[in-house]
Amino acid sequence: MGNLLAIILLAVLVDNFVLIRFFGICPFLGVSRKVDTSLGMGMAVVFVMTMASLVTWLIYNFLLVPFALEYLRTVAFILVIASLVQLVEMVIQKVSPALNQALGIFLPLITTNCAVLAVAILNIQNDFTLLQSLVYGFGAAVGFTLALVLIAGMRERLELVTVPRPFRGTAIALVTAGILSIAFMGFRGMIAL
Amino acid sequence: MSLKASTIFTRGILTENPVFRLVLGMCPVLAVTAWAESAFGMGISTLAVLTASNIVISGIRNFIPAKIRIPCFIVIIATFVTIVDMLLKAYFEALHTELGVFIPLIVVNCIILGRAEAFASKHSVFHAAVDGLGMGLGFTLSLTLLGSVRELLGAGTLFGLNIMGASFEPIQLFAQPPGAFIALGLLMALVNIFYKRMGLE
Repeated sequence: MGNLLAIILLAVLVDNFVLIRFFGICPFLGVSRKVDTSLGMGMAVVFVMTMASLVTWLIYNFLLVPFALEYLRTVAFILVIASLVQLVEMVIQKVSPALNQALGIFLPLITTNCAVLAVAILNIQNDFTLLQSLVYGFGAAVGFTLALVLIAGMRERLELVTVPRPFRGTAIALVTAGILSIAFMGFRGMIAL
Repeated sequence: MSLKASTIFTRGILTENPVFRLVLGMCPVLAVTAWAESAFGMGISTLAVLTASNIVISGIRNFIPAKIRIPCFIVIIATFVTIVDMLLKAYFEALHTELGVFIPLIVVNCIILGRAEAFASKHSVFHAAVDGLGMGLGFTLSLTLLGSVRELLGAGTLFGLNIMGASFEPIQLFAQPPGAFIALGLLMALVNIFYKRMGLE
Protein backbone atom coordinates (compact mmCIF):
# COMPACT_ATOMS: atom_id res chain seq x y z
CA MET A 1 0.00 0.00 0.00
CA GLY A 2 2.89 2.34 0.83
CA ASN A 3 4.06 1.90 -2.71
CA LEU A 4 0.72 3.08 -4.14
CA LEU A 5 0.72 6.14 -1.89
CA ALA A 6 4.26 6.93 -3.08
CA ILE A 7 3.10 6.70 -6.71
CA ILE A 8 0.24 9.14 -6.05
CA LEU A 9 2.47 11.67 -4.26
CA LEU A 10 5.07 11.33 -7.01
CA ALA A 11 2.54 11.93 -9.79
CA VAL A 12 0.71 14.81 -8.09
CA LEU A 13 3.53 16.77 -6.47
CA VAL A 14 7.13 15.64 -7.00
CA ASP A 15 6.90 14.92 -10.72
CA ASN A 16 3.92 17.18 -11.44
CA PHE A 17 2.79 16.30 -14.96
CA VAL A 18 2.48 19.86 -16.16
CA LEU A 19 4.98 21.92 -14.22
CA ILE A 20 7.90 19.48 -13.99
CA ARG A 21 7.35 16.94 -16.79
CA PHE A 22 5.72 19.31 -19.36
CA PHE A 23 2.82 17.09 -20.46
CA GLY A 24 -0.45 18.74 -21.49
CA ILE A 25 0.91 22.25 -21.95
CA CYS A 26 -1.59 23.13 -24.72
CA PRO A 27 -4.74 22.88 -22.54
CA PHE A 28 -2.67 24.30 -19.68
CA LEU A 29 -2.14 27.53 -21.63
CA GLY A 30 -5.40 27.44 -23.57
CA VAL A 31 -8.09 26.61 -21.01
CA SER A 32 -6.54 28.13 -17.89
CA ARG A 33 -8.17 31.57 -17.97
CA LYS A 34 -10.99 30.84 -15.49
CA VAL A 35 -11.03 28.64 -12.37
CA ASP A 36 -14.47 27.16 -13.23
CA THR A 37 -13.54 25.96 -16.69
CA SER A 38 -10.22 24.65 -15.39
CA LEU A 39 -12.04 22.52 -12.83
CA GLY A 40 -14.39 21.18 -15.53
CA MET A 41 -11.48 20.33 -17.80
CA GLY A 42 -9.61 18.77 -14.87
CA MET A 43 -12.52 16.48 -13.98
CA ALA A 44 -12.83 15.31 -17.58
CA VAL A 45 -9.08 14.60 -17.68
CA VAL A 46 -9.14 12.64 -14.40
CA PHE A 47 -11.94 10.48 -15.80
CA VAL A 48 -10.36 9.86 -19.21
CA MET A 49 -6.80 9.35 -17.96
CA THR A 50 -7.78 6.74 -15.38
CA MET A 51 -9.86 4.89 -17.99
CA ALA A 52 -7.07 5.17 -20.57
CA SER A 53 -4.50 3.76 -18.12
CA LEU A 54 -6.73 0.73 -17.58
CA VAL A 55 -7.54 0.05 -21.23
CA THR A 56 -4.07 0.68 -22.70
CA TRP A 57 -2.43 -1.52 -20.02
CA LEU A 58 -4.81 -4.38 -20.85
CA ILE A 59 -4.30 -3.95 -24.61
CA TYR A 60 -0.52 -3.84 -24.31
CA ASN A 61 -0.13 -6.82 -21.99
CA PHE A 62 -2.86 -9.09 -23.38
CA LEU A 63 -2.83 -8.18 -27.07
CA LEU A 64 0.43 -6.58 -28.21
CA VAL A 65 2.89 -8.58 -26.08
CA PRO A 66 1.49 -12.10 -26.84
CA PHE A 67 1.56 -11.38 -30.59
CA ALA A 68 4.99 -9.62 -30.45
CA LEU A 69 3.48 -6.41 -31.82
CA GLU A 70 5.09 -4.01 -29.34
CA TYR A 71 6.21 -1.71 -32.17
CA LEU A 72 2.53 -0.89 -32.84
CA ARG A 73 2.31 0.69 -29.37
CA THR A 74 2.04 4.30 -30.51
CA VAL A 75 -0.54 3.60 -33.23
CA ALA A 76 -2.61 1.31 -31.01
CA PHE A 77 -2.62 3.62 -27.98
CA ILE A 78 -3.63 6.76 -29.84
CA LEU A 79 -6.49 4.93 -31.58
CA VAL A 80 -7.67 3.45 -28.29
CA ILE A 81 -7.56 6.85 -26.60
CA ALA A 82 -9.43 8.55 -29.45
CA SER A 83 -12.20 5.91 -29.45
CA LEU A 84 -12.31 5.88 -25.66
CA VAL A 85 -12.93 9.63 -25.56
CA GLN A 86 -15.69 9.21 -28.16
CA LEU A 87 -17.24 6.34 -26.18
CA VAL A 88 -17.09 8.23 -22.88
CA GLU A 89 -18.76 11.17 -24.60
CA MET A 90 -21.63 9.02 -25.91
CA VAL A 91 -22.16 7.24 -22.57
CA ILE A 92 -22.22 10.50 -20.63
CA GLN A 93 -24.68 12.00 -23.13
CA LYS A 94 -27.10 9.10 -22.58
CA VAL A 95 -26.66 8.54 -18.87
CA SER A 96 -26.12 11.91 -17.26
CA PRO A 97 -27.22 15.15 -18.93
CA ALA A 98 -25.92 17.14 -15.96
CA LEU A 99 -22.43 15.69 -16.25
CA ASN A 100 -22.59 16.16 -20.00
CA GLN A 101 -23.37 19.82 -19.49
CA ALA A 102 -20.35 20.16 -17.21
CA LEU A 103 -17.81 18.11 -19.15
CA GLY A 104 -19.27 18.13 -22.67
CA ILE A 105 -17.17 20.77 -24.37
CA PHE A 106 -13.91 19.55 -22.82
CA LEU A 107 -14.09 15.91 -23.87
CA PRO A 108 -13.18 16.27 -27.59
CA LEU A 109 -10.19 18.42 -26.58
CA ILE A 110 -8.72 15.59 -24.54
CA THR A 111 -7.73 13.43 -27.53
CA THR A 112 -4.98 15.90 -28.35
CA ASN A 113 -3.93 16.27 -24.72
CA CYS A 114 -0.53 14.63 -24.79
CA ALA A 115 -0.72 13.86 -21.07
CA VAL A 116 -3.12 10.98 -21.79
CA LEU A 117 -0.82 9.27 -24.28
CA ALA A 118 2.16 10.05 -22.04
CA VAL A 119 0.63 8.32 -19.04
CA ALA A 120 -0.18 5.24 -21.14
CA ILE A 121 3.40 5.00 -22.43
CA LEU A 122 5.01 5.74 -19.05
CA ASN A 123 2.93 2.96 -17.43
CA ILE A 124 4.50 0.52 -19.87
CA GLN A 125 8.02 1.97 -19.59
CA ASN A 126 7.94 1.84 -15.78
CA ASP A 127 6.74 -1.82 -15.81
CA PHE A 128 3.77 -0.93 -13.61
CA THR A 129 1.21 -3.55 -12.61
CA LEU A 130 -2.44 -2.93 -13.51
CA LEU A 131 -3.22 -1.44 -10.09
CA GLN A 132 -0.10 0.75 -10.12
CA SER A 133 -1.00 1.98 -13.63
CA LEU A 134 -4.49 2.95 -12.50
CA VAL A 135 -3.12 4.81 -9.51
CA TYR A 136 -0.44 6.54 -11.58
CA GLY A 137 -2.98 7.61 -14.22
CA PHE A 138 -5.31 8.95 -11.55
CA GLY A 139 -2.50 10.75 -9.71
CA ALA A 140 -1.08 12.29 -12.87
CA ALA A 141 -4.52 13.62 -13.79
CA VAL A 142 -5.02 15.07 -10.31
CA GLY A 143 -1.61 16.74 -10.65
CA PHE A 144 -2.69 18.16 -14.01
CA THR A 145 -5.91 19.51 -12.48
CA LEU A 146 -4.03 21.01 -9.55
CA ALA A 147 -1.61 22.86 -11.84
CA LEU A 148 -4.45 24.00 -14.11
CA VAL A 149 -6.54 25.39 -11.26
CA LEU A 150 -3.54 27.09 -9.62
CA ILE A 151 -2.50 28.84 -12.82
CA ALA A 152 -6.11 29.80 -13.59
CA GLY A 153 -6.37 31.49 -10.21
CA MET A 154 -3.18 33.42 -10.89
CA ARG A 155 -4.32 34.41 -14.40
CA GLU A 156 -7.63 35.71 -13.07
CA ARG A 157 -5.61 38.09 -10.89
CA LEU A 158 -3.34 39.01 -13.79
CA GLU A 159 -6.36 40.21 -15.75
CA LEU A 160 -6.76 43.04 -13.26
CA VAL A 161 -3.26 44.49 -13.50
CA THR A 162 -1.47 46.32 -16.28
CA VAL A 163 1.02 44.01 -17.97
CA PRO A 164 3.73 45.48 -20.25
CA ARG A 165 2.49 45.21 -23.84
CA PRO A 166 5.02 42.64 -25.17
CA PHE A 167 4.22 40.30 -22.27
CA ARG A 168 0.43 40.30 -22.76
CA GLY A 169 -1.17 36.91 -23.38
CA THR A 170 1.00 33.82 -23.47
CA ALA A 171 4.33 35.38 -22.45
CA ILE A 172 3.19 36.45 -18.98
CA ALA A 173 1.35 33.14 -18.51
CA LEU A 174 4.62 31.30 -19.20
CA VAL A 175 6.61 33.39 -16.73
CA THR A 176 3.87 32.85 -14.12
CA ALA A 177 3.99 29.11 -14.77
CA GLY A 178 7.77 29.27 -14.31
CA ILE A 179 7.39 30.77 -10.84
CA LEU A 180 4.77 28.14 -9.96
CA SER A 181 7.18 25.49 -11.24
CA ILE A 182 9.90 26.79 -8.90
CA ALA A 183 7.47 26.24 -6.03
CA PHE A 184 6.93 22.62 -7.12
CA MET A 185 10.70 22.11 -7.33
CA GLY A 186 10.57 22.31 -3.54
CA PHE A 187 9.06 18.80 -3.47
CA ARG A 188 12.05 17.37 -5.31
CA GLY A 189 13.78 14.51 -3.55
CA MET A 190 10.82 13.93 -1.24
CA ILE A 191 10.00 10.56 -2.82
CA ALA A 192 11.85 8.28 -5.19
CA LEU A 193 10.38 5.14 -6.74
CA MET B 1 -3.99 27.54 -56.38
CA SER B 2 -3.45 31.24 -55.99
CA LEU B 3 -0.90 30.66 -53.25
CA LYS B 4 2.75 31.02 -54.16
CA ALA B 5 5.09 28.31 -52.88
CA SER B 6 7.54 30.88 -51.50
CA THR B 7 4.78 32.57 -49.48
CA ILE B 8 3.70 29.23 -48.02
CA PHE B 9 7.29 28.43 -47.09
CA THR B 10 8.19 31.71 -45.34
CA ARG B 11 4.81 31.87 -43.59
CA GLY B 12 5.70 28.87 -41.41
CA ILE B 13 9.02 30.45 -40.41
CA LEU B 14 7.93 34.05 -39.81
CA THR B 15 4.33 35.28 -39.83
CA GLU B 16 2.77 31.98 -38.67
CA ASN B 17 5.68 30.58 -36.68
CA PRO B 18 4.20 27.58 -34.82
CA VAL B 19 5.91 28.31 -31.49
CA PHE B 20 5.98 32.09 -31.18
CA ARG B 21 2.88 33.04 -33.20
CA LEU B 22 0.46 30.09 -33.18
CA VAL B 23 1.62 28.74 -29.77
CA LEU B 24 1.12 25.13 -30.88
CA GLY B 25 2.97 21.99 -29.84
CA MET B 26 4.35 23.48 -26.67
CA CYS B 27 5.10 20.26 -24.73
CA PRO B 28 8.30 19.33 -26.60
CA VAL B 29 9.21 23.03 -26.86
CA LEU B 30 9.50 23.19 -23.09
CA ALA B 31 10.62 19.65 -22.35
CA VAL B 32 13.58 18.95 -24.63
CA THR B 33 15.21 22.38 -24.86
CA ALA B 34 17.65 22.17 -21.93
CA TRP B 35 20.35 21.47 -24.58
CA ALA B 36 20.58 22.94 -28.07
CA GLU B 37 21.44 19.56 -29.57
CA SER B 38 18.38 17.69 -28.28
CA ALA B 39 16.19 20.68 -29.21
CA PHE B 40 17.54 20.55 -32.77
CA GLY B 41 17.05 16.76 -32.92
CA MET B 42 13.42 17.08 -31.81
CA GLY B 43 12.87 19.86 -34.37
CA ILE B 44 14.21 17.76 -37.23
CA SER B 45 12.19 14.70 -36.16
CA THR B 46 9.01 16.79 -36.10
CA LEU B 47 9.90 18.34 -39.47
CA ALA B 48 10.28 14.85 -40.99
CA VAL B 49 6.96 13.59 -39.61
CA LEU B 50 5.14 16.80 -40.55
CA THR B 51 6.40 16.85 -44.15
CA ALA B 52 5.83 13.12 -44.73
CA SER B 53 2.32 13.12 -43.26
CA ASN B 54 1.40 16.32 -45.14
CA ILE B 55 2.45 14.68 -48.44
CA VAL B 56 0.54 11.45 -47.82
CA ILE B 57 -2.59 13.14 -46.47
CA SER B 58 -2.64 15.55 -49.41
CA GLY B 59 -2.09 12.65 -51.82
CA ILE B 60 -5.10 10.67 -50.59
CA ARG B 61 -7.26 13.62 -49.56
CA ASN B 62 -9.94 12.77 -52.13
CA PHE B 63 -10.33 9.21 -50.83
CA ILE B 64 -10.72 9.97 -47.13
CA PRO B 65 -14.40 10.19 -46.06
CA ALA B 66 -14.98 13.54 -44.34
CA LYS B 67 -16.60 11.99 -41.25
CA ILE B 68 -13.67 9.81 -40.22
CA ARG B 69 -10.88 12.07 -41.45
CA ILE B 70 -9.40 12.79 -38.00
CA PRO B 71 -8.81 9.09 -37.11
CA CYS B 72 -7.35 8.59 -40.62
CA PHE B 73 -4.95 11.51 -40.14
CA ILE B 74 -3.90 10.23 -36.71
CA VAL B 75 -3.11 6.74 -38.04
CA ILE B 76 -0.99 8.19 -40.87
CA ILE B 77 0.86 10.48 -38.45
CA ALA B 78 1.37 7.67 -35.92
CA THR B 79 2.87 5.48 -38.66
CA PHE B 80 5.50 8.08 -39.52
CA VAL B 81 6.22 8.68 -35.84
CA THR B 82 6.86 4.96 -35.38
CA ILE B 83 9.25 5.02 -38.36
CA VAL B 84 11.14 8.03 -36.97
CA ASP B 85 11.23 6.36 -33.53
CA MET B 86 12.82 3.23 -35.03
CA LEU B 87 15.32 5.21 -37.17
CA LEU B 88 16.45 7.29 -34.18
CA LYS B 89 16.84 4.18 -32.06
CA ALA B 90 18.94 2.51 -34.75
CA TYR B 91 21.23 5.40 -35.73
CA PHE B 92 21.13 8.02 -32.93
CA GLU B 93 20.74 6.07 -29.72
CA ALA B 94 21.99 8.83 -27.40
CA LEU B 95 19.46 11.30 -28.85
CA HIS B 96 16.73 8.64 -28.64
CA THR B 97 17.40 8.18 -24.91
CA GLU B 98 17.57 11.95 -24.37
CA LEU B 99 14.20 12.64 -26.05
CA GLY B 100 12.61 9.56 -24.46
CA VAL B 101 8.82 9.54 -24.27
CA PHE B 102 8.60 12.75 -26.30
CA ILE B 103 9.28 10.85 -29.55
CA PRO B 104 6.03 8.83 -29.46
CA LEU B 105 4.34 12.02 -28.24
CA ILE B 106 5.04 13.69 -31.62
CA VAL B 107 1.75 11.97 -32.60
CA VAL B 108 -0.25 14.34 -30.43
CA ASN B 109 1.77 17.43 -31.37
CA CYS B 110 -1.00 19.87 -32.29
CA ILE B 111 0.95 21.40 -35.20
CA ILE B 112 0.97 18.16 -37.19
CA LEU B 113 -2.74 17.40 -36.88
CA GLY B 114 -3.43 21.12 -37.23
CA ARG B 115 -1.59 21.39 -40.57
CA ALA B 116 -3.20 18.15 -41.81
CA GLU B 117 -6.67 19.50 -41.08
CA ALA B 118 -6.13 23.15 -42.03
CA PHE B 119 -3.81 22.82 -45.02
CA ALA B 120 -2.79 19.39 -46.35
CA SER B 121 -6.36 18.10 -46.70
CA LYS B 122 -7.27 21.04 -48.95
CA HIS B 123 -4.17 21.64 -51.11
CA SER B 124 -2.03 19.89 -53.73
CA VAL B 125 0.80 17.53 -52.80
CA PHE B 126 3.51 20.04 -53.76
CA HIS B 127 2.01 22.86 -51.71
CA ALA B 128 1.43 20.53 -48.76
CA ALA B 129 5.09 19.44 -48.87
CA VAL B 130 6.27 23.07 -48.95
CA ASP B 131 3.93 23.90 -46.06
CA GLY B 132 5.28 20.95 -44.06
CA LEU B 133 8.89 22.02 -44.70
CA GLY B 134 8.21 25.67 -43.81
CA MET B 135 6.28 24.90 -40.63
CA GLY B 136 8.79 22.21 -39.65
CA LEU B 137 11.70 24.58 -40.20
CA GLY B 138 9.97 27.33 -38.21
CA PHE B 139 9.47 24.83 -35.39
CA THR B 140 13.10 23.61 -35.57
CA LEU B 141 14.49 27.17 -35.56
CA SER B 142 12.34 28.17 -32.56
CA LEU B 143 13.35 25.07 -30.62
CA THR B 144 17.04 25.53 -31.41
CA LEU B 145 16.86 29.21 -30.42
CA LEU B 146 15.30 28.37 -27.06
CA GLY B 147 17.68 25.42 -26.59
CA SER B 148 20.72 27.64 -27.32
CA VAL B 149 19.61 30.34 -24.87
CA ARG B 150 18.94 27.79 -22.12
CA GLU B 151 22.21 25.92 -22.72
CA LEU B 152 24.25 29.14 -22.79
CA LEU B 153 22.76 30.42 -19.52
CA GLY B 154 22.33 27.07 -17.80
CA ALA B 155 25.66 25.44 -18.65
CA GLY B 156 27.76 28.06 -20.47
CA THR B 157 28.03 25.85 -23.54
CA LEU B 158 26.48 25.78 -27.03
CA PHE B 159 26.02 22.42 -28.81
CA GLY B 160 28.46 21.07 -26.17
CA LEU B 161 31.20 23.63 -26.93
CA ASN B 162 32.31 25.86 -24.08
CA ILE B 163 31.42 29.43 -25.05
CA MET B 164 31.23 31.47 -21.88
CA GLY B 165 34.72 30.64 -20.56
CA ALA B 166 35.85 29.13 -17.27
CA SER B 167 34.95 32.15 -15.13
CA PHE B 168 31.25 31.92 -16.04
CA GLU B 169 29.03 30.66 -13.23
CA PRO B 170 26.10 28.79 -14.90
CA ILE B 171 22.57 29.83 -13.89
CA GLN B 172 21.35 26.36 -12.91
CA LEU B 173 17.72 27.46 -13.02
CA PHE B 174 17.70 27.63 -16.82
CA ALA B 175 18.67 23.97 -17.13
CA GLN B 176 15.80 23.00 -14.79
CA PRO B 177 12.05 22.79 -15.60
CA PRO B 178 11.15 26.31 -14.29
CA GLY B 179 13.85 27.78 -16.54
CA ALA B 180 12.03 26.45 -19.60
CA PHE B 181 8.87 28.41 -18.76
CA ILE B 182 10.73 31.59 -17.83
CA ALA B 183 13.15 31.52 -20.79
CA LEU B 184 10.31 30.92 -23.26
CA GLY B 185 8.19 33.65 -21.67
CA LEU B 186 11.01 36.18 -21.95
CA LEU B 187 11.90 35.09 -25.49
CA MET B 188 8.26 35.38 -26.53
CA ALA B 189 8.13 38.95 -25.23
CA LEU B 190 11.32 39.77 -27.19
CA VAL B 191 9.86 38.19 -30.32
CA ASN B 192 6.68 40.26 -29.84
CA ILE B 193 8.79 43.43 -29.78
CA PHE B 194 10.69 42.24 -32.89
CA TYR B 195 7.43 41.61 -34.80
CA LYS B 196 6.09 45.00 -33.80
CA ARG B 197 9.26 46.77 -34.99
CA MET B 198 9.24 44.86 -38.27
CA GLY B 199 5.56 45.63 -38.79
CA LEU B 200 4.66 41.94 -39.11
CA GLU B 201 1.75 42.01 -36.65
